[in-house]
Amino acid sequence: MADALRFRNDDPIEEPAVSLDAFLEQDGASAVRVEAGDDPSRLIPHLARVKLVEIGIPRFRDGRCFTSARILREAGYEGELRAEGDILVDLVFFMRRCGFDSFAPQAGLNRADVDAALSRYANVYQNAADGSVPIWKLRHG
Amino acid sequence: MRILTGNDLKTGAVIWWTGRGWSIHVEDAADVGEHGEAILAAEDGARRVNGGYIINADETPKGPRPAHIKDRIRALGPTVRPDLSLKPADPAAGEWVI
Amino acid sequence: MYQYDKYDQAMVDARVEDFRDQVRRRIAGDMNDDQFKPLRLKNGLYLQLHAYMLRVAIPYGTLDSRQLRKLAEIARKYDRGYGHFTTRQNLQYHWIKLEEAPDILAELATVEMHAIQTSGESIRNISADQYAGAAADEICDPRPWAELLRQATSFHPEFSYLPRKFKICVISSPADRAALRWHDCALRIVRNEAGEEGFEVYAGGGMGRTPFIAYKIRDFCPAAQIFSYIQAILRVWNLHARRDNIHKQRMKILVHDLGEEEFRRQVEEAFEHFLTLGTDFPQAEYDRIAAYFAPPPFETGLPEEIDRTDPDFALWVDQQVIAHKAPGYAIANISLKPIGGIGGDVTAEQMEVVADLAKRYSFDDVRVTHAQNLVLPHVRKIDLYAVWEALREAKLADANLDLVTDVIACPGLDYCTLANARSIPVAQKIQQRFADMDRQRDLGELKIKISGCINACGHHHAGHIGILGVDRKGTENYQLLLGGSGAEDTTQAKITGPGFDEDGVVDAVERAVECYRTLRDPGERFLDTYRRVGFDAFKEAIYG
Repeated sequence: MADALRFRNDDPIEEPAVSLDAFLEQDGASAVRVEAGDDPSRLIPHLARVKLVEIGIPRFRDGRCFTSARILREAGYEGELRAEGDILVDLVFFMRRCGFDSFAPQAGLNRADVDAALSRYANVYQNAADGSVPIWKLRHG
Repeated sequence: MRILTGNDLKTGAVIWWTGRGWSIHVEDAADVGEHGEAILAAEDGARRVNGGYIINADETPKGPRPAHIKDRIRALGPTVRPDLSLKPADPAAGEWVI
Repeated sequence: MYQYDKYDQAMVDARVEDFRDQVRRRIAGDMNDDQFKPLRLKNGLYLQLHAYMLRVAIPYGTLDSRQLRKLAEIARKYDRGYGHFTTRQNLQYHWIKLEEAPDILAELATVEMHAIQTSGESIRNISADQYAGAAADEICDPRPWAELLRQATSFHPEFSYLPRKFKICVISSPADRAALRWHDCALRIVRNEAGEEGFEVYAGGGMGRTPFIAYKIRDFCPAAQIFSYIQAILRVWNLHARRDNIHKQRMKILVHDLGEEEFRRQVEEAFEHFLTLGTDFPQAEYDRIAAYFAPPPFETGLPEEIDRTDPDFALWVDQQVIAHKAPGYAIANISLKPIGGIGGDVTAEQMEVVADLAKRYSFDDVRVTHAQNLVLPHVRKIDLYAVWEALREAKLADANLDLVTDVIACPGLDYCTLANARSIPVAQKIQQRFADMDRQRDLGELKIKISGCINACGHHHAGHIGILGVDRKGTENYQLLLGGSGAEDTTQAKITGPGFDEDGVVDAVERAVECYRTLRDPGERFLDTYRRVGFDAFKEAIYG
């Protein structure tokens, strides 16, 4: 696996992420992996003990991860939200907006490319999970 | 015979494998026998072709004629715009397609 | 019409550079085609039979003369001197080079245009009633909502990699001129009993290999909450759609699998959640956008009479000109269906003629219709003759709106890599068969729609007579369908039986048409006769 990208200041979680079913059965676990077909809302009642959610991305075109991430952020989850799998640099901007704050790409991501992609669009049309101020708000103060 | 076709990556033009390179004229297409996959892999890897594939063609006195109408339209141009085809001056070119 | 502010302009400018970088990485070999394809499709760039094809967005089918002139300039400079208007109210160029595509986007951006989300598994360009702002029967102009939703759905972070494409349509009339219920998400502006504006929402429509007509998922969504409602629909679909079979990933399939009631229940639950997130645009933003769509300064006291001395002009008026909501004005439809021509194709010179006419006679406003025609929406009746003369000069004055020769056809196997059969030659032969104007007018409204493959870009499911091209062992074959409609009386056409070759299907169309002529009641349309007498009589006439 290539180097991970992390946009958090706290220490990385070393605990291996267990499957969603296993996590729900094991009270002691704090790192969970949500696969593309899993229903992320099953985690919501247990968010207090979650420190890491890793969302699997089998193919970069599989956009379920965006919804899964937002559902968890909208439920108040503030821990690490990691994307793991087939990640194309062109998607990182949307992923950040949906609440992902760390990336474990199967193939490498060039940090300079990532930074360029994240800074390309100065503003956004919608509010999402990242706190960006939408253009309509900039227009009307 | 089996011939190779695809599109030029930068221009999108329809191209045919001649045995040594790519031509926009199907008449130049070479029979690749069983080597099609290997040639395509190398050419695609070098980005000299985009979306390349192997097709069957008939050998005719005028050169290879692709077996499927889709590739014959690709070889010549839209049947409804002969003026935009590769042979705008040849009124019989359309018959070769159909 | 809407004008970009610095934010909108920065957005399309950034997209140009974004795409330029993607093209550079592809040509340099940093990306393979599997990676590049979804990215280029998000920007409307296909690889077609002869070259790349670029689909330019025409949001809600509205253009001004400056934009149309730019489209003409691009056609000349980067393509082969023409463009093709599509059944999604967009424009396609069929001879584009990948290496020039970023430059074309940069040119488009100078006139506030783009190709964002005109293809790929994204929220597509939003379509609308082509008579918006002019139609006598509309509740309000639907375009401010279409523009608001254009912004809301552009680069949506959660919904840019959807299971499949997602098409939104907005109208505000009881009459449906936009094939409303054939969309994934269909919005009709209505007023409730309290007089408040809102949306009747339909979901799960679509053509393709498994056609469904959208069902009414909500009677009334308050206008200010519509973005939340659409996001709720998208979220339910995005999370639960199949991802294992591209042919079963459209939203219509999920609606069908879950059932309408269960899908509605899940959407309503998600809707309640979205309402708490503050994602809806505020009234002030709607007002800002709506101001751009204020009615043009219509003159008053204009004459209503039209001088019909010239019989060719009178014929054109009868067929192409529609009532306008402002006295003294008319809506003038421009046919892009000359007999034996290519439906929807317009040369650069013709674009410039239409741009000039729009500027001079129609408050600088041109519309594109899903039937692949153009519209000058606000013409003074006293100017109609001058408009007609200029159109005639440009070979744009055919008088066949909604008649048998006003055929919708996709580009088909002449251009499209997905096609199984050619569409355009069939359309041309039908036009030639029915070219006689008296015969066309005697037959009245008769919508023929031809698709060159099962993806149904030519709307064959919605044709009074539909034709579907298929590949039968390497030769082109055409199935005939009857009884479809893309209007307010939406129905899905039914396949009549075994297919025909190219000439055979034209003969079959004529047999169906003659069957109608024999069976019709006075004043009855083809579709209504078909519905009254039923499928079997027509099938008998077609197959004997």
